[in-house]
Amino acid sequence: MDDVIIGLEIHVQLNRLQSKMFCGCSTAYHDSPPNSHTCPVCLGLPGSLPVINRKAVEYGIKVGLALNCKIEEETFFYRKNYYYPDLPKGFQISQYDYPLATNGHIMILGDDGAERNIRINRAHMEEDPGRLVHAGTIDKAKYTMVDYNRCGMPLLEVVTEPDLCSPKEARAFLDKLKSILEYLDVFDGSLEGSMRVDANISLKGGDRSEVKNISGFKGVEKALSYEITRQKNLQRRNIKVVQETRHFDEIRNITVSIRSKVGAHDYRYFPEADLAVLRIASWVPDIRATLPELPDVKRERFVKQYDLADDHAKSLTSEIKLANFYEAVAAQAAPKMAAVWIADVLKGELNYRDLSIESFQEEDMVEIVAMLDGKKITEDGAVQIIRALLDKKGSNPQEIIKALGLGKAEDDAVQKAVREAVSESAAAVADYRAGSERALNFIVGLVMKKTRGKADAGEAHRLVKEEVERA
Amino acid sequence: MLSELKARLQAESCEEYLCQLFEKIEKSSLNAFTTLAKESALREAKQFDRNPGRGLLAGVPIAIKECISTKGIETNCSSRILRGYIPPYDAHVIERLKAEGAIIMGKTNMDEFAMGTSTETSCFGPTKNPWDQTRVPGGSSGGSAAVVAGGIAPCALGSDTGGSVRCPASFCGIVGLKPTYGLVSRYGLVAYANSLEQIGPLTHTVEDTALLMEVISGHDERDSTSAKGERRSYLSGLQGGVAGLKIGIPKEYFGEGVDRDVEKAVWEAISTLESLGASWKEVSLPHTRYALAAYYVIAMSEASSNLARFDGLRYGSRQGEDKDWHTTFSAIRAQGFGPEVKRRIILGTYALSAGYYGRYYLKALQVRTLIKEDFLHAFKDVDILASPTMPIPAFKIGERINDPLSLYMADVFTVPINLAGVPAISVPCGFSGRLPIGLQLMGPHFGEAAVLRTASAFEAATPFHEAKPEVI
Repeated sequence: MDDVIIGLEIHVQLNRLQSKMFCGCSTAYHDSPPNSHTCPVCLGLPGSLPVINRKAVEYGIKVGLALNCKIEEETFFYRKNYYYPDLPKGFQISQYDYPLATNGHIMILGDDGAERNIRINRAHMEEDPGRLVHAGTIDKAKYTMVDYNRCGMPLLEVVTEPDLCSPKEARAFLDKLKSILEYLDVFDGSLEGSMRVDANISLKGGDRSEVKNISGFKGVEKALSYEITRQKNLQRRNIKVVQETRHFDEIRNITVSIRSKVGAHDYRYFPEADLAVLRIASWVPDIRATLPELPDVKRERFVKQYDLADDHAKSLTSEIKLANFYEAVAAQAAPKMAAVWIADVLKGELNYRDLSIESFQEEDMVEIVAMLDGKKITEDGAVQIIRALLDKKGSNPQEIIKALGLGKAEDDAVQKAVREAVSESAAAVADYRAGSERALNFIVGLVMKKTRGKADAGEAHRLVKEEVERA
Repeated sequence: MLSELKARLQAESCEEYLCQLFEKIEKSSLNAFTTLAKESALREAKQFDRNPGRGLLAGVPIAIKECISTKGIETNCSSRILRGYIPPYDAHVIERLKAEGAIIMGKTNMDEFAMGTSTETSCFGPTKNPWDQTRVPGGSSGGSAAVVAGGIAPCALGSDTGGSVRCPASFCGIVGLKPTYGLVSRYGLVAYANSLEQIGPLTHTVEDTALLMEVISGHDERDSTSAKGERRSYLSGLQGGVAGLKIGIPKEYFGEGVDRDVEKAVWEAISTLESLGASWKEVSLPHTRYALAAYYVIAMSEASSNLARFDGLRYGSRQGEDKDWHTTFSAIRAQGFGPEVKRRIILGTYALSAGYYGRYYLKALQVRTLIKEDFLHAFKDVDILASPTMPIPAFKIGERINDPLSLYMADVFTVPINLAGVPAISVPCGFSGRLPIGLQLMGPHFGEAAVLRTASAFEAATPFHEAKPEVI
């Protein structure tokens, strides 16, 4: 799909901050009654004035640095003027010229399987508007209510260059961005509405459409795929794609036009005189010193330090929590085996259940890997233990082993079963001696039957072979 | 004088004094108060009588301009659109006044959203000049000036965006100070043009203004433009005199358009200061002629954005039936704003529009820089600048209201001060017939002490501040 051109604008709530962008209100509003996290400033009451949350700017700079941006010498705020009920001042304090950070880039995995460099145009700070709550569906609601709890939440808008070539690449970019933000500990992606995307998309030679305010990464992929189909169909019918703003209808999975270029807003940006110019260049060294190890670097280290395959390292470093989980386990159990079991098995089981890594205890994983390493449980048993733990069918591995009878049979019992099976299988033994390696499988099957599957199949095979050759 | 009033309040009864004031207010025909906080004021007065306290303004009643947020007292900027809005919080200056024991009497009339020079654009109708009730008190803090001049409040706060404290002080024959931008917190001042305005006192004497400045000035972390640094005393140096003081007379502030009586009174004032030991020389503020245009572009642009929040959704008046969002807020704004406010919002919106921004707003900012440099340059040579506050004495109610340009022109000597951000005071310096004339003294940034000292020396040598109008 090399004829598709996509650029993204991503609004990220810096929701790991304690207070809002321009006032002291708490950011922890998610489970609170409407309009309970407000004050004269974020309600825009007459006479109130904004004060910059310095920590928010520091977080913004931190993200800028992690996205390899240039941090500007000085930065300041503008007013973006428009009327909407969720915007209590009639303008949004945002940035325009002189944003915080410009000209960055990050690497993503391209559709062709190679790493691709995606350029970042800029990252700037602004305040989130409030939230509209419709009584019923948006088109049938008799009235709409406004909740200003969200109003004034610190937002960072990240704008890419049009470097993305497919919905899948757009998704890969968003995953990577989210990963970096969580590494920086400035963002919690689990909170509703914490990341919202505007996507610009065009086919080579055509005008672009902008799909506004898509929440959820799956939504972005779907909206973009729909747009590609729509624009291609227009082209095929020789109809010109017009520049316009569109809305993604999550229920019908389509985009609908909301305004054309003619109806475009004039936001009348002008400097916000209530706020001082910030000379941020001098802040940079201290903030740079707080930057953690980021995903790409961590991935390389995992490969070297733990001797991991690159795709395991990549999988484990895709989320900071997963990477930390892995390292904690690897410190106490065989690192390579832990990587396989966490990246291949545990992650899959978590995804299947839509759970995060916090749903699994480190010490349980340490124990499982140690038991596997010591051949105390079978691989199949380990999978069953992981599933049972996730499904809350037991509180620890030992309990589950007992309950499900997953402990490998005692060596004596296996030895006994092997001896019995060999003596009961004269024909098979003869076949083996005549050169049929496969004949052993029959005897191993018998061993498994006698031990009710508790023996390790590989181990049983080895023991049967020994016994036959000795006899 | 507030010092005398404080002594009287200690000796006699604050409650009784306040009752007398409220009685006068009820009889007053000035139309200067909009909302009275009689109940809370009398309660506080009683409290004072029981336990006077030690605040700098203990027991002193004060009137507050409509656009300064007062917790529990309607704050409507003399606009229909804000009728019924009772703020849940006090402006910084109100907190400071209360902390020093002052008693808030009520709110005073003003031009709607401070947009005017005459207090005629108020939704409550014009306030009358206590010296001649057929004339305007000046504006936009006309109510605050009229209550002080008319003897129904001992002191008041106003706000000055382009002359709104100094103009009514001049027209009403009292003292009014526009402090250096950043000296007084704007937290709680309903914004008209936020890069220009400051809250300032309106009083009978320079000493009273100095006293109020001691209370209301100082850093406030809720206003990012609030200046840091130690609180200064304005009372202590007040009697220092003007011996050796160098006064600059900006030649652009005299001549064409200035009333002859005004010019004469101001020159006499300069002679008086000279006789007290000051010297004077002519200076030039060459960009003065661009000031009005730059001021109105900047003020209207900022206003168009500052007033966008008044959509009737969260507070204020909301008449008529709710329809879709655009229809509803447009109707509320169409009904709620008066013609002058609409004019300024429309002009400001135009000036900020794509394609015009560079031609108007940016150009105005450039002019602003030049004007500021004019002042910085002049203050290398002289300590204080002196000029008329207003080119004319108070005009008749209705005389200019339909001629906005002639009203804007009246601000010609006050707006440059706001553009430069420097302090300026207006003190009474004579009369044209029965009408007071104001002398404007301007200082460098944070040069309030020198401005007040000069004004105080002039006041001590002249009788004008003692003259009182005969009003009921």
